[in-house]
Amino acid sequence: MKTLVYIEHDGGAVKKSSLEAVSYAFALGSEVAAVGLGNIDPGEWAKVGAAGATKVLHVGDDRLDAGNIQAHAKVVAQAFEKVGAGTLVLAKSSLGDAVAARLAIRLDAGLASNVVALPSTENGFVVKRSIFTGKAFAESSILKEKKILAIKKNTLEIKTDGSEPEVEALEISLVDADFTYQITGTEKAEGDVLLPEADIVVSGGRGLKGPENWGIIEDLAKALGAATGCSKPVSDMEWRPHHEHVGQTGVKVAPTLYIAVGISGAIQHLAGVNSSKYIVVINKDPEAPFFKAADYGIVGDAFEVLPKLTDAIKAIK
Amino acid sequence: MNILVCITHVPDTTSRIQFTDNNTKFDKSGVQFIIGPYDDYALARAVELRDQSGGKLTVLNVGEAETEPTLRKALAIGADEAVRINADPVDSLFVARQIAHHAKEGAYDLILMGRESIDFNGGMVHGMVGELLGMPSISPVMKLDIEGDKAVLSREIEGGKEFLEVNLPFIAGCQEPIAEWKIPNMRGIMSARTKPLNVIEPKEAEKAAEVKAYALPPAKGEVKLIEKENVEELVRLLNTEAKVL
Ligand SMILES: Cc1cc2nc3c(=O)[nH]c(=O)nc-3n(C[C@H](O)[C@H](O)[C@H](O)COP(=O)(O)OP(=O)(O)OC[C@H]3O[C@@H](n4cnc5c(N)ncnc54)[C@H](O)[C@@H]3O)c2cc1C
Ligand SMILES: Nc1ncnc2c1ncn2[C@@H]1O[C@H](COP(=O)(O)O)[C@@H](O)[C@H]1O
Repeated sequence: MKTLVYIEHDGGAVKKSSLEAVSYAFALGSEVAAVGLGNIDPGEWAKVGAAGATKVLHVGDDRLDAGNIQAHAKVVAQAFEKVGAGTLVLAKSSLGDAVAARLAIRLDAGLASNVVALPSTENGFVVKRSIFTGKAFAESSILKEKKILAIKKNTLEIKTDGSEPEVEALEISLVDADFTYQITGTEKAEGDVLLPEADIVVSGGRGLKGPENWGIIEDLAKALGAATGCSKPVSDMEWRPHHEHVGQTGVKVAPTLYIAVGISGAIQHLAGVNSSKYIVVINKDPEAPFFKAADYGIVGDAFEVLPKLTDAIKAIK
Repeated sequence: MNILVCITHVPDTTSRIQFTDNNTKFDKSGVQFIIGPYDDYALARAVELRDQSGGKLTVLNVGEAETEPTLRKALAIGADEAVRINADPVDSLFVARQIAHHAKEGAYDLILMGRESIDFNGGMVHGMVGELLGMPSISPVMKLDIEGDKAVLSREIEGGKEFLEVNLPFIAGCQEPIAEWKIPNMRGIMSARTKPLNVIEPKEAEKAAEVKAYALPPAKGEVKLIEKENVEELVRLLNTEAKVL
């Protein structure tokens, strides 16, 4: 049985989380095909091949650049049939989740979301999933023949030694009725590192006192090539845009390094960062609960520590 | 307008998560249950929309009898009627089939859910119900207004926002700042006691997945504290020990 991977892109570049999904599919042991929708830079296919796909199906309809869920689900379902796949793998994201949910019905497949490890197949098909917003794991058995796995970021290393894939343009006729809603505009920060995709995240909390002080967070982020995040009160007070808010009710991040500055470490904030590999906390209160969840910490005033830290990072880069 | 809001009954966000029976059951002792935070946003917006345009607001939960206080709370917040589909919400496909079956009969103009449940965090049920009913499903929705027979909304995308329009009926997975959470007042609590809470039996549906066992993450080691005068040491540790730079 082949495995199909649904690839997402951002401005033509395949998302890293999607390359991780391809690597996951490869590790399942069967032949891997990937399906990409919209205007993806043809130079990107080499990466998809390197990650483990031997075949790429490309549906280059411009209208697919916007993440129109039902249109995407229709295309992926047809690609699934075409390659004769038994399993669909994709990276967890708000678009990926929506497409996976519709496909579970359309393909009559069993679905597991937030998958954090390769399956064990000794006794059925059992996958480990992150639940309770990262506070626990469940070993779930998928009982259906066809399977859909939505993979959480940082589940495994991206493979880079695969070969150039065979690329096929797939013709799928899409009618207006497949686009069930009209996108009338988007508002997006250009050129920034996307928070859910970032390897390093620098977040600020109420300890920064006001939006005018965000320069020290941005400088550190720039020195590290990191994305910026914040705590909920910070986005509630509109110091920062809502899509930067990390936690239980915000973005769940899983970077290799999370740096929290002036954030107390409330349980709802920790829920969004507990999948990070390493956590650094900078807080002037030695009793701040965040230190209990941290790997490294500095007790000190952010306004003193951050500029020095940024300089020290620049010095080694 | 006829609105359906689907709510989960989940442990409070500050709960300590533990398991019993050899890690096969969630330990409910000492846990306080709440309306899922995202579902609470959906409910708050639904109350506002019902108040603006009239009509009926129904809340629905797929769960066992223990979820009734949560449904009563939703009635106290402002729903007109509650429905409980009497089943253990084992997996999201099962839940979606139950909701879709009920919704088909209810002829709702608008179905609001939370962006995700905070126990299983799937973010899947709205899409599944949408597919089962042949309706668009949009998530996570941050702003929702009704203009005649269409909705005008904004949705969060990675790194920004998208603005869209969709014809009713459709399904939205909601998140803040769509509305402010509403706290039930005394009048709401009193009237909730007499509002209808209908219990219906589930439809036969096959199980697509089941949980074999639960586990907790390994305990975190001690934090390494670095003197604030010595940020170079932090950079060195990140570089050579953690190897993340
Ligand atoms: C249902 C629910 C969901 C929630 N979801 C989220 C969520 O998703 N994300 C989230 O973040 N919160 C969430 N919250 C809110 C959460 O409980 C906390 O209130 C919030 O995280 C606190 O934000 P903070 O750490 O920025 O602010 P505070 O708690 O005020 O902490 C500020 C910190 O800054 C430190 N500080 C002050 N000055 C300095 C300085 N000069 N230098 C260094 N440090 C300094 C202080 O010592 C303190 O530790 C939720 C709450 C509820 C009830
Ligand atoms: N047992 C349930 N009863 C009613 N609604 C539910 C149930 N489970 C999930 N939902 C709805 O579906 C949304 C997404 O849930 P999930 O796919 O589990 O993350 C939730 O926010 C609820 O609105």
